[in-house]
Amino acid sequence: MKIQEKTKEALAALFPDPPASEPEPDDAEEGEKKPEPRGNGIIEQDYHTRGFHLDAQIEPDQLIEAVRILFDLGYYLEAITGVDWIKDEQLEVVYDFSRYDFDLCRTVIRTRVDRSAPHLPTITPIYTGASWHERETHDFFGIVFDGHPYLVPLLLPEDADFHPLLKDFEA
Amino acid sequence: MTEPITLQQDETFVLNVGPQHPATHGVLRVKMTMDGEYIYNAETVLGYIHRMHEKMAENRTYPQYMPNMGRLDYLSAMSFNHGYALVVERACNIEVPERAEYIRVITVELNRIASHLVWLGAYVLDLGGFTPLMYCFDDREQILDLLEAVTGSRLTYCYFRFGGLYNDIDDDFITGTRAFIKRMRKELKMYAKLVTGNIILMKRLKGHGPVDQNMCQRYGATGPVARGSGINYDVRRNEPYSVYPEFDFEVPVYGEGDSYARYLVRMEEMEQSLRIIEQALDKLPDGPVNPKKKPKLIKPPPGDYYAAVETARGNFGIRMVSDGGKNAYRLKLRSPTYSNMHLFDEACRGMLIADALAFMGSLDLVIPEMDR
Repeated sequence: MKIQEKTKEALAALFPDPPASEPEPDDAEEGEKKPEPRGNGIIEQDYHTRGFHLDAQIEPDQLIEAVRILFDLGYYLEAITGVDWIKDEQLEVVYDFSRYDFDLCRTVIRTRVDRSAPHLPTITPIYTGASWHERETHDFFGIVFDGHPYLVPLLLPEDADFHPLLKDFEA
Repeated sequence: MTEPITLQQDETFVLNVGPQHPATHGVLRVKMTMDGEYIYNAETVLGYIHRMHEKMAENRTYPQYMPNMGRLDYLSAMSFNHGYALVVERACNIEVPERAEYIRVITVELNRIASHLVWLGAYVLDLGGFTPLMYCFDDREQILDLLEAVTGSRLTYCYFRFGGLYNDIDDDFITGTRAFIKRMRKELKMYAKLVTGNIILMKRLKGHGPVDQNMCQRYGATGPVARGSGINYDVRRNEPYSVYPEFDFEVPVYGEGDSYARYLVRMEEMEQSLRIIEQALDKLPDGPVNPKKKPKLIKPPPGDYYAAVETARGNFGIRMVSDGGKNAYRLKLRSPTYSNMHLFDEACRGMLIADALAFMGSLDLVIPEMDR
């Protein structure tokens, strides 16, 4: 079995209800209006236009479980990206995973938190290397990773109390 | 190998390595808690050269951001150009002419050799050997001259354009590169005699700085660090992009996971890069270096996109989120050394400080790329 199907199957266990039928990714070419918040679920993306294969949106409290599944399947963490969707009053956090073997499958885990009180569980117990990525995301967006052992500014000065990548940040 | 000792937590002192220290090759600070000569705990402090490149991406149009790519990793700027060009081309569906793809590969591989040469010279200098640095910079000078003639810059390249290149290469470049390949093959043999077999180098590197596969996975280490730990991972192979599938080259992998394995990986990579350049020059097709059809205004459709390339230091990825405007909504730069350096804190525990600095050098750090 190819790892893409295996990962999809493993992650699908997170969504007990069948996800509302998602539009197939080929509607991207028809020019969607604006990126609207989509429902939770897992989508297979077209690698050649998007650059990744599996795209799962989950609830913040499912994060640990989802990341554990990927770790056990042999994925490594590439990066953690924050995105400020100020119009939706939400912050999105995107976890990129990739593989060391030749069974190419880039997997993206994304979750959204409330912009006024952004809290997410830390994944450092699973991926030790997430520590710096989470500290960086905390620097830039003010997202608090609950349970992080050392959540102090990494790239910003140690007394920084601003979050420069928020869309309403004024220098 | 040093005898294992029991470290005492209550008999420690704090030692700052950096932010101005010649062994860190940039403004990196490592706060080390020492028990005598042994490291009890280490904490890397970043951010001394943080410039917020990711915010800059949101303030300027897509083509205006290309020069920033030369300022991240100053030794392997061409690969960063390539990564950014790839993600925008993927998003806007821009076709790249074949000649441009070949020239891209040639320049990127030349740049990779130049980067490894700086690493080799500086690393051996760290370990107390001064002479190789002079030879390395002499060889690197040849590459810089070649690249300067076509790109216009010696270090901070901004050579790639969306869909093509700034400038076509000429016959001088081709003959110059062929002469360089011939010269470099001889030089690599000389380095093997001068440096690789040196007994002092081996004693300093073999068995020191252990990085195993589990650690690589937990930290997301890529590039020569992962390949020195027995992981056969090279983005050029695992996730082929550009015209890399057309070339016959090997990915050197060593299983020992010590500093010497990482050293050997880089030395062999230079040979493989020479092979790629040679094949690319042989196969170089004629034609334009810029596409006929290209959107006047770069405005990717809304959505997010990802592209990864193999730089001299590992997997460099860009995640780009577009809202359909002229500027990126969000652009994340995943730099390889950021993950590679992170494992230093854990791996250096219990090491002698002199060995830890030899280990740090084997990670091939470029600080502006970590701090972004």
